[in-house]
Amino acid sequence: MADNTASFVRNQLIPESPPPSSETGAIKWVRENLFSSPLNIFMTVVSLWAIYSLIINVAPWFINGVWSGSSVRDCYEVLDGATGACFAVLKERWPQLIYGFKYPASEFWRPNLAAILLCIAIAPVLFRTVSRKLFFFTLIYPFLAFWLVWGGTILTSIVAFAGFLVALLSFRKLENHGFVIALIGGCAAALVCWILGGYIIDLGENFVALPAVPSRDMGGFMLNLILGTVCVSLSLPLGIVLALGRQSNMPIIKWICVFFIEFIRGVPLITLLFVANVVLAYFFPPDTNIDLILRVIIMITLFSAAYIAEVIRGGLAALPSGQYEAANSLGLDYAQSMRLIILPQALKVSIPGIVNVAVGLFKDTTLVSIISMFDLIGMIRGPILASTAWSGVYWELFAFAAMIFFIVCYSISQYSQWLERQLETDHR
Amino acid sequence: MTEQVHLEISDEIAIQIQNMNKWFGSFHVLRDIDLTVNRGERIVVCGPSGSGKSTLIRCINALEEHQKGQIIVDGTELTSDLKNIDKIRSEVGMCFQHFNLFPHLSILENCTLAPIWVRNTPKKEAEEVAMHFLEKVKIPEQADKYPGQLSGGQQQRVAIARSLCMKPRIMLFDEPTSALDPEMIKEVLDTMIELAEEGMTMICVTHEMGFARQVANRVIFMDQGQIVEQNAPEPFFNDPQNPRTQLFLSQILGH
Repeated sequence: MADNTASFVRNQLIPESPPPSSETGAIKWVRENLFSSPLNIFMTVVSLWAIYSLIINVAPWFINGVWSGSSVRDCYEVLDGATGACFAVLKERWPQLIYGFKYPASEFWRPNLAAILLCIAIAPVLFRTVSRKLFFFTLIYPFLAFWLVWGGTILTSIVAFAGFLVALLSFRKLENHGFVIALIGGCAAALVCWILGGYIIDLGENFVALPAVPSRDMGGFMLNLILGTVCVSLSLPLGIVLALGRQSNMPIIKWICVFFIEFIRGVPLITLLFVANVVLAYFFPPDTNIDLILRVIIMITLFSAAYIAEVIRGGLAALPSGQYEAANSLGLDYAQSMRLIILPQALKVSIPGIVNVAVGLFKDTTLVSIISMFDLIGMIRGPILASTAWSGVYWELFAFAAMIFFIVCYSISQYSQWLERQLETDHR
Repeated sequence: MTEQVHLEISDEIAIQIQNMNKWFGSFHVLRDIDLTVNRGERIVVCGPSGSGKSTLIRCINALEEHQKGQIIVDGTELTSDLKNIDKIRSEVGMCFQHFNLFPHLSILENCTLAPIWVRNTPKKEAEEVAMHFLEKVKIPEQADKYPGQLSGGQQQRVAIARSLCMKPRIMLFDEPTSALDPEMIKEVLDTMIELAEEGMTMICVTHEMGFARQVANRVIFMDQGQIVEQNAPEPFFNDPQNPRTQLFLSQILGH
C-alpha cells in the first residue's frame, strides 16, 4: 500500500542504540587497519619481517651483555667470540658518566640531593594541583642548589637571594613613581646589597661551608642537567620579554629586540660557545674572572631565548585582536592585560613550539664538549674512550647516552602533551 | 511589539563629541562628527557597512584614537594621557560583535577579573556582584563553565554581564546581535531592553530596527563617515528626509 502523503508529524523521538557488533572489537581493528587490501597485507608482512629480523639481530647483543669486568679485554674473555655488549664500562665508569671525572667521590651526595630537591621545587611549576605554598621553596631552590653543588659558604647563596629580595621590595615601594624609576631603584638596591654582602662573605668564609668544588670539575650528565635546567628556566622569561618587546609600539625597544633576535638566530650555537670560551673575556673588565659555566649559561640562554621569542610571537599573532580590545575596554592596563589575558593564551598556543626549543636546547648542551667541557658526551669521547681499558667501546657508551637523553626528552614531550590537554577549555 | 520604553532623560551631559575627525592612513573615516549624549539617552546608530559607525563608538572608549576635535566622556577629555584613558574605559562598558570573552577563564572569572584588578574589589565581593549580574542576564547556572561551552546568545549575555560588573555609567554596543543565530537574537535584545529600562546611557550600533523603535530615543544614520540624519525613532522611520536615509531604510525594511 503506497501512502505518499507529503505531510508528516513525528510523535516519538527515535531512541539512541548501540552500533552493530561487527563494528567493534579487536578483530575488526586488525582487519581494517592491517589486512584491508593486498597492498596493506604486503606492507604488514614486510614490516613484521623487518621488526623480527631487527630483534633477532640485536637481542643477543643485549642478552649476552657483560656487566662485570675492569677492561674491554675482560669482556672479550667472557664472550669468547660470541656477539655481546660490554656493559661493564657503564658500571665501572658510572661516577664519571654522571658527575664527571674530577668531582670528589665523597661529595656525590650533594648533587644527588640537589637533583631530588629539584623534583620537589619543580612540582608546583609543572602541576597546578600541588600546594601553592611550595612556590616558596621553588624560589629559594636555585640558591640552595648552587650551594649544594658548588659548595663554599652558604652566605654566598643567602647574599644572592637577599639581593633579589631587596630588589623586589624596593621595586614594589617605587612602583607608584613609574615603572622605569622602580626598575632602576630595584637594580641599585640589589647592587648595594651584593657589594655589602661581598664583605660579609669574605669575613665568614667558613660559615656553614661545604668543601668547594670549582666549575672546571663539573662534568658528566650532571653538567648537562645543570645547563639544561638553568638555561630553560632563564630563557623562557627572557623570550617572553623579547617577544613582547618585538611587538612594542616604542620603536627603539622594538628595534633592539628585532636586531637581537635576528642576530642570534643567524649565528650558529657553536660559534657563540667559542665566543663564550675565548672572546667574552675581552668584554669584561680585565681583572674579573667570570666562571666558564656562567659564560656558557649566558650564551645558551641568549640563544634559546631568541628562538622562544619567535615561538611566542607566533602565539601572540594567533590571538584575535578582540582579546586585546576586550581587555582594554575593561580598563586593564598594559601589564595586567598581558599577564592576565594575552600571555596565558599565547603561551598555551606556543607550548608545542616552546617544548620543541626546550628539548633542542637540552640536547644542545652536549655541544659544550667541543669547548673542552666534560659533559656526558665529552666524558665518553675524552677520558673514557681514550683510556686503554675501554678504547673501542663505542656502541654501549653512546647507546647509554642516547637512552638517558631520550628518557628526559620524551618525558618533557609527554608532559607538554598532558599540559595541553589540561589547558583545553573549549571542549563541549 | 511590546510597548516603547519611555524614560526621563536628564540634562546632564554624558558624552560630548565636537568636530571630531579620524583618518585610517589617508582614508578619512570620520568627518566633523558633533554629537552630544545626555545621561539616560538610548541612541541607535545605523548605516551601511563602512560608514564609520563602529569606528565612532570605538573612539568613545579610545579603542581607536581620533586625530582632530574633542571627545569628553563624563567630564574627562580623551587625550593621549593613559591615566585618563584607563579611567574612561573603566566607566564605559563595551560589548562586541564577536563577544570577545576570555576563553581561558571561566564565566565567573571573566566577570570578576576587571573588578578585582582594576577596582581592587575583594574577590568574594566581586563574585557576589558577578553572580548578581549573571542572574540578571539569566545564566547564573553557567558560572563555572568556559565560554567555549556556551551558545552565542549566552556568550553575548555573559559579555554584557562582564561589562556591567564594572558598574559602568555608559554602555556601548558594537553590533551585538550580528553574529548570532536568529533564535538567539531575542534573548540578547531582551537583556538590552531591560538595561535600557533601568536608565542606562546606551549607544548601540545595530541593524535591529524593531529594537531601535522600541528602545531608542534617538536614531542616528551615518554614511561615508558623516552623520547624515538624526531624529526620534517615529519620524526617522516614518518620514526620513535625506535621500540616502530613504534608500537605506527602503533596503533594510523593504522585504
